[in-house]
Amino acid sequence: MISLNVNGRQHQVDVDPRTPLLYVLRNVLKLNAAKFGCGLGQCGACTVLVGTSPIFSCLTPVSVVAGRPVRTVEGLGTADSPGPVQKAFIEEQSAQCGYCIPGMIMRTQALLERNPSPTETQIRAALEPNLCRCGTHMRILRAARRAAKSMTAGAQQQRRPT
Amino acid sequence: MIWRVLAGFMLVLILAFVGFYAWSIRPEIPALAETPAPSSFSPDQIKRGAQLASLGDCTTCHTTRNGRPYAGGLPVPTPFGTLYASNITPDRETGIGAWPEDAFRRALREGVGRKGTHYYPAFPYDHFTFGSDDDIAAIYAFLMTREPVRQLNRTPDLIFPLDSRLFAAGWQLLFLHKGPYEADASKDPDWNRGAYLADSVGHCGACHTPRNFLGAEERGDRFGGGTGENWTGPALNQSSPAPVPWTADQLYAYLRHGFADQHGTAAGPMQPVVSNMQKLPDEDVRALAAYFASLEGPQEAAARERQAKDAVEFAQQREVKVAGGPATNATIGSGGNSDDANSDGAAIFAGACATCHHDGRALPASRPTPIGLSSVVNEPTPTNFVQIVLNGIHPQPGMRGPLMPGFAGALTNQQIAAVASYVRGQFSKQPAWQNVDKAVSSATRQQASAESAQ
Repeated sequence: MISLNVNGRQHQVDVDPRTPLLYVLRNVLKLNAAKFGCGLGQCGACTVLVGTSPIFSCLTPVSVVAGRPVRTVEGLGTADSPGPVQKAFIEEQSAQCGYCIPGMIMRTQALLERNPSPTETQIRAALEPNLCRCGTHMRILRAARRAAKSMTAGAQQQRRPT
Repeated sequence: MIWRVLAGFMLVLILAFVGFYAWSIRPEIPALAETPAPSSFSPDQIKRGAQLASLGDCTTCHTTRNGRPYAGGLPVPTPFGTLYASNITPDRETGIGAWPEDAFRRALREGVGRKGTHYYPAFPYDHFTFGSDDDIAAIYAFLMTREPVRQLNRTPDLIFPLDSRLFAAGWQLLFLHKGPYEADASKDPDWNRGAYLADSVGHCGACHTPRNFLGAEERGDRFGGGTGENWTGPALNQSSPAPVPWTADQLYAYLRHGFADQHGTAAGPMQPVVSNMQKLPDEDVRALAAYFASLEGPQEAAARERQAKDAVEFAQQREVKVAGGPATNATIGSGGNSDDANSDGAAIFAGACATCHHDGRALPASRPTPIGLSSVVNEPTPTNFVQIVLNGIHPQPGMRGPLMPGFAGALTNQQIAAVASYVRGQFSKQPAWQNVDKAVSSATRQQASAESAQ
């Protein structure tokens, strides 16, 4: 049994320790946001967060993340109440086929947690490992900029005395 | 009596210092009234200069990421503090636009700027000093015909008292052995061409030769293995870690295309070296390959062949076997979550690495070289192995090549150390690596500080 913490919930999973984290998320926990793209760590569709770092879940054996917090798109918000990064991606209509978007969202999330007001160069460098074959890169970049803006504005609003 | 001896001793010291100080003062070379017009250089000379500048990797240090070419500013970390590469565009005020050719030649040969400033040896003038007049003139022609960029140079942040330029002068007095390059008459012209290119403009020894505590290359151990940019430059002489002795053909493939099938792919600071060298004509790359092949491995042909055959057999025998499908319990690893670091390492390897590093089905982009043939797992330290696991290998812009993802963030320091120990034991005949934990934690610390500096 391996003990996993995904989106703040504890799970006990009975799988081979070498099983890729992605398979456990999708097949065992039924969290289907992260996608299987290449299986070789070259496309980024499977990107999830471990702690604060974006990682390729297709190449990460489940045993190595035991005891460390894993986050997926499901942990950022719901369809009714999406998180700020999800909301920005919806508002910019960043998805065409949408297959790469969960990975793009998680990488954007990681970037903005580390650096709330990134430069254009920093956004591009952070998203570089993820591929999009539809070609909606400009919309994805716009979404990342919009998310940064809304999150900074949100943080300022919270700090304002009421 | 004792006072006299002391006074005499003091006098000698003071005189020595005055002498050194006087020696260290170098005259300013007058500025040019006008920057030479691009048309004053011949196209052939500029072209040759471009080739040599690419071999010399001028752009790698003298350009920041996303910065204007040759405008300088790149921080160069050293054990003594951080230096910043200078602006070598022909801008009159902030670059070298007012420099006559003899000032440029003095800078390359003696490490002294136009105004007489002594340069710190991060600028590899200890190699450029061997450059021929023609080659230095060609590099000058190339740089003076680049686009001028106005960008001020940054002063170095060095630890006291090294921040005084007198120390650079003292370093030069002790360690700068000036050229010109002397050809070895017992070798053929091709070999001599390679030796000249490697030792002068190529400055290969800067990373591949060990340095003493003052940062000067050990002349007695040329190409004995050095360090640079938090990587190690493997030994290129008899102590080379390569299991299969390098041949001229394999070296040519590696230097020309960044990949040699019996050694693997160029990684780390060697990637820009290979990608810059794209401009170099084939005959120069062949000459470099011939030169380095002659330094490396056993000298006798039969012994070389035997060593190569043994290495290939060992590497193939140790490769992780996967019969036409994904990893299965029966084929690799032992389980994981155990207390034994080595079996943990095996399990992590099976889940994270064996997807690509196995002897089974073909991969879409490329087949990795059998791990056992790589210098990285056979080097005396795990430095390069840890760098590759953390950061992966990404082809240079515009270059083709295999892509390995980095595992920073996915694997903890302890897990990376476990994989390192397992890989060393499984794929190399060399003794186990010492202090693997320390190598991993220092590499992750460097990575974190590099990221926060961005």
